Amino acid sequence: MTTSSTADVTGGGPATISRRPASPRPKGLLAWGTTWAVLGVLVILPLAAVAIKASGAGVQGIVDSVTTPIALAALALSFGGALLAAVLNTVMGTVVAWALARYEFAGKSVANAIVDLPFALPTAVAGITLSALLGPNGWIGSLSPALALAYRPAGVLIAMTFVSVPFAIRAVQPVLQELDVDVEEAATLLGAKPGQIFWEVVFPAIRPAMLTGLALSFARSVGEFGSVVIISGNIPLSTLTGPVLIFQRLEEYNTVGATGIAVVMLIASLITLVAINLLQARGQSRG
Amino acid sequence: MDKHPRTQPHKHPRVGEGIARPVIIAIALGWLALVLVLPFASVFIAAFAEGLPAFMAALTTPEALHAAWLTMLATVVAVAFNLVFGIAAAYAVERTTLPGRRAIALLLDLPIAVSPVVAGLMFLLLFGRQGWFGSALDALGVKIVFALPGILLATIFVTLPFVAKEVIGVLRETGPAEEEAAATLGASPAQSFFHIVLPNIRWAVFYGLVLTAARALGEFGAVSVLSGNIIGQTQTLPLYIEQMYTNYQTTAAFAAAVPLTLLAVATIAAQKLLGWVSSRDRTRAAMEEN
Repeated sequence: MTTSSTADVTGGGPATISRRPASPRPKGLLAWGTTWAVLGVLVILPLAAVAIKASGAGVQGIVDSVTTPIALAALALSFGGALLAAVLNTVMGTVVAWALARYEFAGKSVANAIVDLPFALPTAVAGITLSALLGPNGWIGSLSPALALAYRPAGVLIAMTFVSVPFAIRAVQPVLQELDVDVEEAATLLGAKPGQIFWEVVFPAIRPAMLTGLALSFARSVGEFGSVVIISGNIPLSTLTGPVLIFQRLEEYNTVGATGIAVVMLIASLITLVAINLLQARGQSRG
Repeated sequence: MDKHPRTQPHKHPRVGEGIARPVIIAIALGWLALVLVLPFASVFIAAFAEGLPAFMAALTTPEALHAAWLTMLATVVAVAFNLVFGIAAAYAVERTTLPGRRAIALLLDLPIAVSPVVAGLMFLLLFGRQGWFGSALDALGVKIVFALPGILLATIFVTLPFVAKEVIGVLRETGPAEEEAAATLGASPAQSFFHIVLPNIRWAVFYGLVLTAARALGEFGAVSVLSGNIIGQTQTLPLYIEQMYTNYQTTAAFAAAVPLTLLAVATIAAQKLLGWVSSRDRTRAAMEEN
């Protein structure tokens, strides 16, 4: 990791041969300075603006803005929905990752490629297509009123699930691929049943990756706006989510009210981010 | 080399062989078909439901064309910006001993974790009429919010991590040995960068730029807060799609969704191609070393 030895070498013999004066400028200063200038303006300054706006409103102001019945319902839907979507995607994603990592079958490469579709597809497109499918006149929605999920909380859950499909699959798939077969074979030889081998050998090995996938799915779903704003109908106390409420309050010039919700969502994002980093560090130290 | 069990017959099958195998494959494909293929296919079916002439007419209205142009512009700017910033940030994290390298890596994760609406709000607090720089910008006659600069700012913010993170991965993997050797032999930092670092990271840069373009083309939340969504002026293609859909102009909405969906498919194809090319290069390099 350290490049101090390089600095010694260049500062010594060869640098003088190349007629360059020993540079007092540390290596990579331009790259470092550019990076901090950009991050300062585009990330740190905006974060500071939120922090100062929030402190200007005071703790009471923030608490008041997030404890209105509409705000509480919106946050509950965002966090609850994102958690459900993340759990669903982790379970189904592990099955998909298993199929992609361990089996050969017709259409495998196509299946592997389309997993990334929600990363690439604009969320507004996801929103209109899901909403059209699940609307009362859509292919799915017209089959039965029970399946007409657009403009209902379940529709929000479906949009959140769609946008976070790839995360768990892409987290678990490489771990399953790298998994040492010998342990499973040894367990089989020793008479372990398939169920036992899965829960006692395979599952502990992929658990950190599954949790990383879960956290990534949650982070993506909780902040989702484009598809949710279209499919949900944004009905207060029912299908209105946190990000949509922020947007509505901004449209009403209620900046303090918007900032209150934003602070709660930002803190949740930061906690998720730290959790993801810890999980990934743990996964790497195992591998 | 018994790491590749598929090429060898096994006396003792692994977990998930036998009856579990077709069941798992069926569940996996069924899930992907339901949540991905069905929505994807329905974009095209809805776009052409009223026939090709209706599709073409909806796609070529002045509003749609203007929105498409704006989205292309924002994408090109975000790609150009990240080409420079992504490489600089990755180099700063992996190849310097200056302070704050871990902080850079952490801050780079933020645009992925933060809701795009929250991102829009943050910039509104800075550059909006009542924001920190609102009155100063007003006095100078510069418009950021509800104008093109706001759209560009939002798009750049949400795409900041992609090139940087890809290049960080490759720089960490390759290590500084080659650059150290070049420096020992008298190469200038610029020579070392252009002849050693850049060739090593080029596929990662392209890969990151593809991700950047995909994200920029579809950006919705941050742009909808900052752009003002003025039709024919600051309305990007995703915002146009949403407005058409909520106004019950379904064909117009899906027609505009078709080019974005095709670009999404192109993005995935480009990712696979770049993954294939870079692994081929790596194999070739490894063979030359032996």
